[in-house]
Amino acid sequence: MNSTLNLLIGMAMGLNLLALGGSRVPQVIRAVAVQGIVLGVLPLLLEHDFGWLVALVAVITVMVKGFLIPGLLNRAMRAAKIEREIDPFIGFVPSLLLGAGGTIAAVAGARMLPLLPEHAGTLLVPGALASIFTGFILLIGRAKAISQVCGYLILENGIYLFGLLLIRSTPLLVESGILLDLTVGVFVIGIIVDRIQRAFDSLDTRKLTVLRE
Amino acid sequence: MRELLLIIVPLAGAALAVLWPSERTRPWLMPAVGVVHTALALWLLFSPPQVDPGAWFGFDPIARAVLPAVSILFLACAAYGVSYLRIRTERPNRVFVASLLAILGLLSAGHQARHLGMLWITTEAVTLTAVPLLHFNGTSRAFEATWKYLLVGGTGIALSLLGSFCLGYASVRGGGSGDLTFVALMAQGHLLSRPWVLIAWVFLLVGYGTKMGLAPMHTWKPDAYGEAPSIVGAMLAGGVTTVAFTAVLRVRSVINAAGAGAAADLTLLAIGLFSMLVAVLFLLGTRDFKRMLAYSSVEHMGILVIGAALGPAGMWAAFFHVWSNSLTKGALFLSAGNIRRAAGARTVDEVRGMSSVTPQSAAIFVAGMFAVTACPPFGPFFSELLVVRAAVATGHVGAAAMFLGCLLFAFFGLTRLVFAVVDGKPRPGEGAEGKRIREKAGVIIPPLVLMGISLWLGLATPHALQAAWTDAVHQLFPAP
Amino acid sequence: MTFILETLLRLAAWLLAAPLLPGIINKVKAWIAGRRGPPVLQLYYDLARLWGKGVVMSTLASPGFIVGPAVAWVALVGAALIMPLGGAGGALSFRGDVLLLVYLLALARFCTAWAALETGSAFEGMGAAREVSYAVLSEVALITAVLSLSVQTGNVTLTDMLALSVGSGAVLLAAGLFAVLLAENCRVPFDDPNTHLELTMIHEAMILDHSGPPLAVILHGASLKLLLFAVLLSQVVLPLGRLSPLAAAGALVGTVLGVTVAIGLVESLTARFAFRRVPLLLTAAFLLCLFALLLARKGGVG
Repeated sequence: MNSTLNLLIGMAMGLNLLALGGSRVPQVIRAVAVQGIVLGVLPLLLEHDFGWLVALVAVITVMVKGFLIPGLLNRAMRAAKIEREIDPFIGFVPSLLLGAGGTIAAVAGARMLPLLPEHAGTLLVPGALASIFTGFILLIGRAKAISQVCGYLILENGIYLFGLLLIRSTPLLVESGILLDLTVGVFVIGIIVDRIQRAFDSLDTRKLTVLRE
Repeated sequence: MRELLLIIVPLAGAALAVLWPSERTRPWLMPAVGVVHTALALWLLFSPPQVDPGAWFGFDPIARAVLPAVSILFLACAAYGVSYLRIRTERPNRVFVASLLAILGLLSAGHQARHLGMLWITTEAVTLTAVPLLHFNGTSRAFEATWKYLLVGGTGIALSLLGSFCLGYASVRGGGSGDLTFVALMAQGHLLSRPWVLIAWVFLLVGYGTKMGLAPMHTWKPDAYGEAPSIVGAMLAGGVTTVAFTAVLRVRSVINAAGAGAAADLTLLAIGLFSMLVAVLFLLGTRDFKRMLAYSSVEHMGILVIGAALGPAGMWAAFFHVWSNSLTKGALFLSAGNIRRAAGARTVDEVRGMSSVTPQSAAIFVAGMFAVTACPPFGPFFSELLVVRAAVATGHVGAAAMFLGCLLFAFFGLTRLVFAVVDGKPRPGEGAEGKRIREKAGVIIPPLVLMGISLWLGLATPHALQAAWTDAVHQLFPAP
Repeated sequence: MTFILETLLRLAAWLLAAPLLPGIINKVKAWIAGRRGPPVLQLYYDLARLWGKGVVMSTLASPGFIVGPAVAWVALVGAALIMPLGGAGGALSFRGDVLLLVYLLALARFCTAWAALETGSAFEGMGAAREVSYAVLSEVALITAVLSLSVQTGNVTLTDMLALSVGSGAVLLAAGLFAVLLAENCRVPFDDPNTHLELTMIHEAMILDHSGPPLAVILHGASLKLLLFAVLLSQVVLPLGRLSPLAAAGALVGTVLGVTVAIGLVESLTARFAFRRVPLLLTAAFLLCLFALLLARKGGVG
């Protein structure tokens, strides 16, 4: 079971790097969507007793992370006629190298942390740390608002991955509430992206420079 | 039950505001809810209820020590808001009123949250509810400010969730059952896994510190405060930051129980001094008097966490400072809003001589400036004095010296701007050719009342409040 | 005596089989595009034709113009002799021969670039500069791949390193090496062997001024290099050491053919990358090999 889990998390980590190296917005959105689907399946692997609640959480996560939000992003792109080329502050090769370095550091660093025996052999913590780091690189290193949103999504995926450590011990209620809140937050960010477009005629956060000090 | 009413009444008011048909009478819902809320909060302050230790929400001593200040601030803002929205009839106010009321309910929930997850959920909800408020003016500048707020705030809130997970894992790793109430976490004490506790502290401090606006996570603050209506600025500076501060305090008590209190205090002291330093540097440079208030807020958040780092006496001073800062900052924001509307501009290059255009607002603005820079008869003077005393008593003489130095330079920065705005001859063509503008009572009385309470807090701090702060300190530093 | 015989046999096999691969690739491309395409043996005819022609030499060029391709070809043949073939092992096998392999490949590249610079032509200089700057990145990836193989097996002899597959890292390593193969042999996402526009050429630009037998040697060397990489890639993936010699030989030939067809498919289905994106792809190849290395290391420790 652990090997399937690690394979999926390894895939998610690979998708992180794909998102960092992707030079077109739809490519990055696709990477994020696939990552969402991969992560959504994980609770099914972690739970021993296959309850309907776990299944529901998994289905909702896959729907939201894998289809709904990427769909909204794609729609925002079409509606706003955003150019597909990403222009980075941090170039593709440096961000890819940074991401790879972060991934290696996450794998090495996670060994130093004390984990419960059932989590010790898994890539949950390294995967979470690597995704969070990737999310930050995208948030900082990309000029377009929509690619920053993708970065935020990857950051959020990393946090979700970390939350899976607790899925057995804390009430599922809290988890789903948290999930809902996060996705609502992203939803609102999506709306904002849509409206920023109308106010600025382009989705370039470099133009957001009137207010500075 | 009364404590839950604090949450339910504003949320019901928000729902009502959404359904309310009339644009003209809708704003009156705000003071109506504000009066009920303040009455409830003061009643609870004087006769605190019994708190069930395992409850997820409860009016515990920390909520009792802080929440009434938010309640009073909201009442003043609500009263001001009625007059304000009458001036701004060109903007639809349905979303604005509903969001402001919802924020009050969520702030009440956040102050009373005794569960790590609930605390996070309410903070997240507050963050999202503030978005339409910030964007009320609908200009592209307001948009820019909202985007920055959401991006920085959203990242901060994500990190605080990560921190909450880490703390939860520390508990589970230490044999906990997954009960994430602060009481249960503190009871676990040294059993909490120490590396995870320290990681959790870093993420939670960064996350909730972003909401507080501690440097270097303060970047959203000047833009948001500069572009939002004054009421929103006052509520953000006095209410939202306070809930983030109580969050930091509750987390700190768990960290303390886990035996890492010294490390936590050291980080708080460092980040507090750094915030003050950054705020002062920007205060000396900025030319915009609404952004000035934002930097002043960053400075006062620094003072709060410095107080929290200095043991029980400092913590007591921090609670005192929450009150004096919230109310004084509220008065400043509201009077600054009046001046800005009369002048139609916000920088010292464009605005001067406001003492002859809006004499009453200008007077309150100057008085508020003296209060917020800790001049004697007002509340902030005494609370900051207590912080310095606590610093010296705990042996942090260097920190105390730096603290005083920052206060001095903040004084320079604020007086420079405030007198540039107030003094001199009005520019021609500004505010009806420099003639006096009639200032309505609705926009003068609320800030005046807030200043009055700030003065009263300084001259004669009520015993009930002092007792509430002492109780809260006992909750945060339980006797071994 | 048998040693010499065996070496000669191997040599003949390598030299004769190599020009087959470009033919197969072209056939696959033609098939995808719905054309008949040139015959599979086209390169043999071309080589024979070129061999019979004379040499045109620039008055500016030194003998390096001729010597370069010759040395490069010899280096590649040497590399081919080191490369083990399934259970049969290499013709020459000693401790550390993998280093010699890497150096021989580098020597071949150096000599081709040297010969290109001899003409003093702007295009050839440009082609050489591009070839060498890509090589900087792809060599790093290749060396990382070799490192991960040697860490995995704890060995620095090619025969032993390639005997077993790398386990879980094999997929990563195969993907990385495939990208290196495409870059080193100037195949499509990096370079277009069919291009006729000097400005966009890389490898082809270097050999514009060569003619007759030296050109034949260069072309043959290029096909040899392609075969070399295909064989290396196949042996990284396949656990040939576990199979009987006959089955191993069959599997090896099959996989090399598979790789060749895959190259043809890639060439038909993808467009060439812009120059500025090439470093990104090569960095990705390097990272794939690096992760394989880390997996190998972790597997070795734990």
